[in-house]
Amino acid sequence: MKKKKKGSKVRFSHWIPFYLMGVPGMLYLIINNYLPMFGLQIAFKDFNYAKGIWGSEWCGLANFEYLFKSNVAWRITRNTVLYSLAFIIIGMVVNVTVAILTNEIISKKTKKFFQTLVLLPHLMSMVIVAYLVFAYLSPTTGLLNSIIKGLGGDPINWYQEPKYWPFILVFVNQWKGVGFGMIMYLSTILGISEEYYEAATIDGASRWQQIRLITLPLLKPTIITLLILNCGSIFRSDFGLFFQVPQNQGALYEVTDTIDTFVYRGLMLQPNMAMSSAAGFLQSVVGFVMVMTVNAIVRKVDKSNAIF
Amino acid sequence: MITKERKKWSIAGNIVLGFLAFLAVMPFLLLVIASFTDEQTAIANGYSYFPAKWSLDAYRYLVNEGITIVRAYGITILVTVVGTVCSILMTSMLAYMLSKEGLPGRKVLNFLLVFTMLFSGGQVPSYIIYASVLHIKDTIFALLVPNLMMGAFSVILVRNYFMNSIPKELLEAARIDGAKEWTILYKIVIPLSKPIIATIGMMTAMTYWNDWQNGLYYLNDTKLYSIQNILNAINSSVQFLASNSVTGVRFGDIPSNTVRMAIAVVGILPLVIAYPFFQKYFVKGLTIGSVKG
Repeated sequence: MKKKKKGSKVRFSHWIPFYLMGVPGMLYLIINNYLPMFGLQIAFKDFNYAKGIWGSEWCGLANFEYLFKSNVAWRITRNTVLYSLAFIIIGMVVNVTVAILTNEIISKKTKKFFQTLVLLPHLMSMVIVAYLVFAYLSPTTGLLNSIIKGLGGDPINWYQEPKYWPFILVFVNQWKGVGFGMIMYLSTILGISEEYYEAATIDGASRWQQIRLITLPLLKPTIITLLILNCGSIFRSDFGLFFQVPQNQGALYEVTDTIDTFVYRGLMLQPNMAMSSAAGFLQSVVGFVMVMTVNAIVRKVDKSNAIF
Repeated sequence: MITKERKKWSIAGNIVLGFLAFLAVMPFLLLVIASFTDEQTAIANGYSYFPAKWSLDAYRYLVNEGITIVRAYGITILVTVVGTVCSILMTSMLAYMLSKEGLPGRKVLNFLLVFTMLFSGGQVPSYIIYASVLHIKDTIFALLVPNLMMGAFSVILVRNYFMNSIPKELLEAARIDGAKEWTILYKIVIPLSKPIIATIGMMTAMTYWNDWQNGLYYLNDTKLYSIQNILNAINSSVQFLASNSVTGVRFGDIPSNTVRMAIAVVGILPLVIAYPFFQKYFVKGLTIGSVKG
């Protein structure tokens, strides 16, 4: 109740309709978001479906010990973090370059046409993407093996060969994301006043100099903000990408297994609630610390983009 | 004035974007052509942009097994429509409450909303609560409930739009005329917020249409499968088709290499057709997101 507001003496009944409107949404947040937060305690429990989250026995840090004694903990953390970093860095370089080049296209119609097509993969679910990848990589009917055979090489059993997958996953992620990823940069570029460029042209600056000395410096805040914000989710991975695209093939786990796919398998396929809940707990807590840190940094750099 | 140098850059842009557009479209083209390839040709030569023999067998098979696909389509459409409408209603009502200046407890409520963006319980407790406390397994709610409201960010976008783009005098005038808050929300606020509501609605609809994870977690009953769940099931086992066949075909008789591509085509067709019409909302969505206050 701010003092400057004139309606500070309104009767409480005035607010009731507003509260009522908020009820479904707040109720949903409690069920969908807050209950699971309290449910995180199962990481410290010997979970038993019959007894439920609240009724199961406490077991201290046993689940975490179990997780860290296996060699999986290192593998899934390494894969999650390294892929996140690769996606962030490659994504930034590619998306900024593509945004700048898109802006260079003079014809508005062509620009829009290309943008529409490049954005198309973003629309598709990861299941569909897995089908598209399969059309190229299927060991028996895939197009790539046909081409390799046609050139006289030996067909490759793609879904059994880990060494190709870091490249495939980075490529697929970038292929799917570039159309969406560049929009933010493009809208910043479109916001730069035309006058800067005109003045630079009169002074005899080449287009490359203009990009280097006007566009890039003015893009810098956007680039830095997005970089930092993306670092907040460094311990998260796109479950669809790592589960669907490699077709959940065990032979590839060494390079495709991330925290999210591991948690899924422990929850649904080969039930191992102890490891799953411990890994999930660590992901939630570390994720929270990362987001808070990142947000504190963004507040310093560019307050308008901080989450709170 | 367009200089020669400027033109060179434009050509470079055209080449790079043209190449990216080509990369974006080619896989879809291969998918479509593969679905029209003769099964024996696909087995012998693999999928190709130029198959030796074309065939409609895959689609013929889908028509024969129509009921599975039609039902899955029905479920996808039902879930998308109901889910999107409910999400928009819940989002805009919550946003309206949070946009009301002077509301006692507003800060706390706002914090409760934002906190869900910072901390999450993750999949394990979510799954246990939905499955064994709320018992949504093998019900239609499994496909509806976990995606409602699309997260706190969309609520914040709508709230900010309500606060910044709708003249407060208009709402005051309506209140003086004796309009109830519900009426004000539905008759004035929501119609005036069409751009943001449309953007959020499109994003939500796409999330529902593309969702396969909830089916993966919560559905064993294949009768409730949406198109994406069917695609996912075929991806993990082509046997799925035979075991759910209504006409009783045996697995060996299914042109499985081409049918799986045909189902994928059927699954993405509506999205691709509708895409040009709602593409602008995507672009708008992100740019609106960047000017939040």
